[in-house]
Amino acid sequence: MSSGNEMEIQVENRDDAVLVTPIGEVDLARSPVLRSRLKEILSASPARLVVDLSQVPYMDSSGVATLVEALQQSRARDCSLFLVGLQDRVRSVFEIARLDTVFTITSDTTSALDT
Amino acid sequence: MEILSRADLLAPVRAMLTSFSERSGFDEIETGHLALAVDEALANVIRHGYDSRPDGRIWISTYLIEEPERRIRIEIEDEGRQTDPDQIVSRDLADVRPGGLGVHLMRNVTDTCEFERRMPGGMRLVLEKTIRREEDHPSDQNHAGTPENGSQ
Repeated sequence: MSSGNEMEIQVENRDDAVLVTPIGEVDLARSPVLRSRLKEILSASPARLVVDLSQVPYMDSSGVATLVEALQQSRARDCSLFLVGLQDRVRSVFEIARLDTVFTITSDTTSALDT
Repeated sequence: MEILSRADLLAPVRAMLTSFSERSGFDEIETGHLALAVDEALANVIRHGYDSRPDGRIWISTYLIEEPERRIRIEIEDEGRQTDPDQIVSRDLADVRPGGLGVHLMRNVTDTCEFERRMPGGMRLVLEKTIRREEDHPSDQNHAGTPENGSQ
């Protein structure tokens, strides 16, 4: 179980896609860990990056900024970025920031990987 | 309560505030929004007020006010760098880029979000959120926190 500034992030390679599953709250203390991991994954230029947020119960603006940064990096590398499984509280933050239409958001990883 | 300007202390503050909010009558979504507002406020103090120094002091006062409407009032004070309150504004959301969303989120999920210079130094922020009555949102299934469905 993650605590403090630590954060468990599972990474799974599936053909030309990478499935990333952060586990736990993403706030100012933890977003640098996620940012670093996503940057590392995107440096390999996968065709598709799927971020499964189903195990993230809380995200603040630093977490959102981390994903916006990943979106920009993915576009520069011609990589398709998908967010899946957003919990209501996290989805609410994206809606308030009006980013829910900027990201490609799907309900489950299967549809994101098969799209 | 008093905390140091450390990012790893945000989670315990959220937990404390969540407990207080739920016991005061806020529902899960409203409680989440209140915790988000305080989280963003503290993150701003840590990053901009204290330049991410971990030894700055921050004071958080929480009140449950009954009249004229039942609401929670949270005051956050620090000794960090002062900023002109008029310059603390939301940015253009059409400009999709990382960062700068904190003030927009805070203003959007609270009824009152007022910054002022604190004497002799630092900043003071007052956040207030009214507890919505059931008849205000009987069929509100999508609490996105937009101004239309915010608490009034």
